[in-house]
Amino acid sequence: MEHVGAVLLGVPYTLLVTVVALAIGAALGLPLALARRSSLAALHLPARAVIDVLRGIPPVVWLFIIFFGVGNQFVPLDPLQAGCLGLGLISAGYLAEIYRSGLGAVHSGQWEASDALGLSRTDSMVRIVGPQAFRVALPAASTYAIGLLKDSSVVSAIGVADIVFRSTADSRATGAALAPFLVAAAIYILLGTPLAIASRRMDSRLRQRVAR
Amino acid sequence: MLANWLEWLPELGRGLQTSVLLALISVTVGIPVGLLLAVLVSSRRAAVRITSIVLVEIGRGTPALVVLQLVYFGLPNAGLTLGPFTAACAALALTTAAYTSEIIRGGLEAVPRGEVEAAQALGMSYRDTMRFVLVPQGMRIAIPALVGFGILMFQATSLAFTISLQELLSRAYSIGSSTFLYFQVLLLAGVLYLAITIPSGWLSGRLERRLSRHL
Repeated sequence: MEHVGAVLLGVPYTLLVTVVALAIGAALGLPLALARRSSLAALHLPARAVIDVLRGIPPVVWLFIIFFGVGNQFVPLDPLQAGCLGLGLISAGYLAEIYRSGLGAVHSGQWEASDALGLSRTDSMVRIVGPQAFRVALPAASTYAIGLLKDSSVVSAIGVADIVFRSTADSRATGAALAPFLVAAAIYILLGTPLAIASRRMDSRLRQRVAR
Repeated sequence: MLANWLEWLPELGRGLQTSVLLALISVTVGIPVGLLLAVLVSSRRAAVRITSIVLVEIGRGTPALVVLQLVYFGLPNAGLTLGPFTAACAALALTTAAYTSEIIRGGLEAVPRGEVEAAQALGMSYRDTMRFVLVPQGMRIAIPALVGFGILMFQATSLAFTISLQELLSRAYSIGSSTFLYFQVLLLAGVLYLAITIPSGWLSGRLERRLSRHL
């Protein structure tokens, strides 16, 4: 039990990093997804390259490039900033693909119908296709968010005081090698399970209102 | 920067070999265990079913990094000391087993019900139905997702840096700390990871299109 308090101290940081990274990713992912779907090669080729690079390099490596590389040699960054930025960029890559498949899943008749009604392309996207794509993309996005909660543990490698960082520190301080990490595992499971249940419920409710 | 990159390439190349080997071993050990778990999760015996669901959920709910720390730092307390490479293989194989069991279960469930009914009508036993009808088709459906997961596992090998395994990232980091050219060397490490993940991504996309042809 003595380890629980020490490891719990990391929970706010884990949540903070996850939420900030998700917000950055949700915002940057949108233009990336739209560029990726564009019919202009000058837009979709670079967007595709950016997405592939963001998703193709392991998260720890991104964090090291940003924290040790950029942080030491170009712009000074503290671990928390580097962690949020790194995971935020990676999330942008993953969420862009999730948005894109959401947009792709909306029946093309929806575009045609809004076209026939004289809606502009922007209006069709914002009022007709967008909201439906959002409903399709939400389950994948929430699965990603739950994954990110766990993957955010990599920020401990650059010194953000999250759950894993606290359990490593506690393990070194007390000499207990097993208990702090078991506590960490239990906390991650306790944090992730309610999110998973909530997302499953939301999914079945939203799915009823999408044209296919 | 290019001159530096050429100088570092042999050292990082050895790290990349370790990373690739680690990923291959974890996936080859993990997927059969994942298949076993997937079959056990759909077992008719409640005790077996519930135990395996709990195992899978614990495995999927715990970050790979924590599993790694548990195996490498925690197990010696329980009397089992593993070297960094073995510990990394064991930890990533456990994570692989938990995740792939869900992927494979999805594949098994995607096999049309009529296949099972036809097997029963032919008088095949539960085991034979599994072995000759359900598993071969379910695995085929699951292959693209499994390849995608394999790519993620390859990326996850970089976590073994934390248990001082001499893989790609830790070699890049130690070059960085001796030359202070962190950005340059870590960028090269990133490029080397991309050299594996991007072609594998194309491969998995092609595989998906090919395998879905007859489904």
